[in-house]
Amino acid sequence: MKIKRMLGSATGMVLGLATNLAHAAYELNLQSPETPIAGQIYHLHTLIMYVILAIFVVVFGAMFYSIYAHRKSKGHQAAHFHENTTVEVIWTIIPFFILIGMAFPATKTVLAMKDTASPDMTIKVTGYQWKWEYDYLQQGIHFFSNLSTPRDEIDNKATKDAHYLLEVDHPLVVPIGKKIRMLVTADDVIHSWSVPAFGVKQDAIPGFIRDTWFKVDKPGIYRGQCSELCGKDHGFMPVVVEAKTPEDYAKWLADQKAKMAAVVEDPNKVYTLDEMKSKGEKVYTTHCAACHQASGMGIPGAFPALNGSKIATGDKAAHIDRVMNGKPGTAMAAFAAQLSDTEIAAVVTYERNAWNNHTGDVIQPSEIKALRK
Amino acid sequence: MDATHAHDHGHDHHPSGLMRWIKTTNHKDIGTLYLWFALIMFFVAGSMAMMIRAELFEPGMQFMHPEFFNQLTTMHGLIMIFGVIMPAFTGFANWQVPLMIGAPDMAFPRMNNWSFWLLPVAAIFLIGEFFLPGGAVAGGWTMYPPLFIQGGMSYDLNIFAVHIMGASSIMGSINIITTILNMRAPGMTMMKMPMFVWTWLITAYLLIATMPVLAGAVTMLLTDRHFGTHFFNAAGGGDPVMFQHIFWFFGHPEVYILILPAFGIISQIIPTFARKPLFGYASMVYATGSIAILSFIVWGHHMFTVGMPAAGQLFFMYSTMLIAVPTGVKVFNWVATMWKGSMTFETPMLFAVAFVCLFTMGGFSGLVLAITPVDIQLQDTYYVVAHFHYVLVSGALFSIFAGAYYWLPKWTGHMYDEKLGKLHFWLSVISMNILFFPMHFLGLAGMPRRIPDYALQFTQFNQIASIGGFIFGASQLIFLIVVLKAVRGGAKATDKVWEGAEGLEWTLPSPAPYHTFETAPMVK
Repeated sequence: MKIKRMLGSATGMVLGLATNLAHAAYELNLQSPETPIAGQIYHLHTLIMYVILAIFVVVFGAMFYSIYAHRKSKGHQAAHFHENTTVEVIWTIIPFFILIGMAFPATKTVLAMKDTASPDMTIKVTGYQWKWEYDYLQQGIHFFSNLSTPRDEIDNKATKDAHYLLEVDHPLVVPIGKKIRMLVTADDVIHSWSVPAFGVKQDAIPGFIRDTWFKVDKPGIYRGQCSELCGKDHGFMPVVVEAKTPEDYAKWLADQKAKMAAVVEDPNKVYTLDEMKSKGEKVYTTHCAACHQASGMGIPGAFPALNGSKIATGDKAAHIDRVMNGKPGTAMAAFAAQLSDTEIAAVVTYERNAWNNHTGDVIQPSEIKALRK
Repeated sequence: MDATHAHDHGHDHHPSGLMRWIKTTNHKDIGTLYLWFALIMFFVAGSMAMMIRAELFEPGMQFMHPEFFNQLTTMHGLIMIFGVIMPAFTGFANWQVPLMIGAPDMAFPRMNNWSFWLLPVAAIFLIGEFFLPGGAVAGGWTMYPPLFIQGGMSYDLNIFAVHIMGASSIMGSINIITTILNMRAPGMTMMKMPMFVWTWLITAYLLIATMPVLAGAVTMLLTDRHFGTHFFNAAGGGDPVMFQHIFWFFGHPEVYILILPAFGIISQIIPTFARKPLFGYASMVYATGSIAILSFIVWGHHMFTVGMPAAGQLFFMYSTMLIAVPTGVKVFNWVATMWKGSMTFETPMLFAVAFVCLFTMGGFSGLVLAITPVDIQLQDTYYVVAHFHYVLVSGALFSIFAGAYYWLPKWTGHMYDEKLGKLHFWLSVISMNILFFPMHFLGLAGMPRRIPDYALQFTQFNQIASIGGFIFGASQLIFLIVVLKAVRGGAKATDKVWEGAEGLEWTLPSPAPYHTFETAPMVK
């Protein structure tokens, strides 16, 4: 059975390749640069490629000529020369000067990339396993950015969208023509915030804030991916940046502020079990299901099941504590700072009443609020 | 003493069967053990690479879960480095260093035995990780915290395995250094030593200098995991990036540990088949030394994206570019050695020429990556994967093939099957390029490394790479056949084996007797 399936997929592979080769777009170079820095990087790379091409022609030319001409089968007699100080000094000095020629423009770009001074606006980005959070420090808005590719596409049960794995629910939105300074950090493990078209890649290091910057001139959607191995779903946390004209950006900003005002929750409101469960399911899907799975069964050996678990069916306080404060030394993050009182209350309620868990407990936002102090 | 004993040597009562290999203190036996160990591990880690390429053949998750994919990439890297390339080179050193310097054995034969037998233990630990709850280590062979701190019990086993392999390497290195410095035949001055011996001497010093650093780094991981320290935890006053500094202070010299012995092997083979002495022996020695020294001050180029200050980025960029100078000297020397020679192209020479060409390609992409701004664009993309596979597969691995074909007749007494050897070469060199060359384009286009699934625009090159990978993997079975055939029989090898071969090992009979140079030869 297994062999048959493997043969089947092997045939599929070959057929797939044939069709793909027929209409393939082979990208051979860096993505087209959309910021001045990315442009400089692009030109640096091109410059080095010319240097390499020249060295390639000289070295490989000499070698292949020698392989062609100086072979025993052609009756070539071996010469016996060796050691020539002049030649050896020359081939040490020349590369040295070539390197200086390359280092000069590279140094200028390094300094330009590092110059994060006097930005027009500052946005903080925080990496989590496995999503990004954007915090507009001056505008007072923040949101999470999750992969929006449906699970079925990943599992090959649905046709893949053009932006498969490079699409998110809430992209970072920035105005064009402004110098944007990104403060980059992480909550759990090291991630890396990267947008190739901007020439930006900055590791997000938990406990430290690093910065980088970009200024994009063309409205559009730019896509990148997390570029530092951060665990199971490292390949599933893309970066999407939407650059808008100042007018569109202002409109988007006003929209966001209105939305945030609309969803401000009253932490003293009392909810019913069903209300909390349905709220909690949404929170669970976004923040918990990557590890504990939608089925609540976890991944044996790696991520514990919640269905029927001691914590999710036992003491309520211990359950809330685990969600708020995490479990140090494991992938279980502390969600106290990520989620609101209502969200924490909802997700704990959901976990205690979903699947085969039937504790009947309803946790109210006020309980969480009391714990925060 | 009876008559049969009289012509035996007093210490020659080695047991037969399994105990011969377990208790052996003979450098040839131990060399053989190292080489077989490396070959077996090569197929183990290679089959992991096959699974990786199968999963990456198409977008979407086909055969495995992402966490298993991460385990495969991690263990593929760890085993290929610590279980294949390093033991293979140590195997070469065990066989060849005493033969090339005219010594009867290694300086510390019993320690030699122990250095080897630690390795299977470490290998069992590494492979055994797959059967622990949670599976094997999945945080990358670089073991970066805090991700590494999150893992389960296999992570502790991994730390233990790294310690054992480190101890093995350090003991092996002490042995090699002592042998080379003290046991050379009369007349063999340092500057008369074969290049292979020189490169291993320098490599052994690199190992002794850096393995304890790695041991320290993983021990700090262990105490962070279990004993309440916070070396790498910012919340406790530590710094996750400090691990990277310590790791790459080991890691970059490690890169040269994996390539300097390769330089040595190639520097033996090219003169033999060009029938012409190495062009610049002295400058080759100095270049090797310079590379080794420079390797200690370039570690930061693995970390250009962590956010170090501009001064740091510039320092590491300049020092990294500087390495191109001695590396260039080496390549120019090999080409100058071939120039106006009288070349023939038996399998060892084919692999050596491919080494020079393709290692240089890896050097070129290294030059691209040395430029900090370009590196930031390409860091953690497939460009880096392409780069280090060009230097480690067509570099280190091809030199191991070249050396194996070169010395196999001396070791077994039989010529290997030249037709099969050439077939192995051509299939390997072509499929290797189909496998790794497209990865440059994937990296330039922005495909991150260590991802189990990818966006649609990366599909075509991934499929080409996978097909190359499958051909490359299958081709290596030919090598196994060639080795087995040569061990079991074949045309009798002459003492000199190769027309242009020079050096003490070629003055011995083929196969080299169990004990050699019991009276030291004189070197003019």
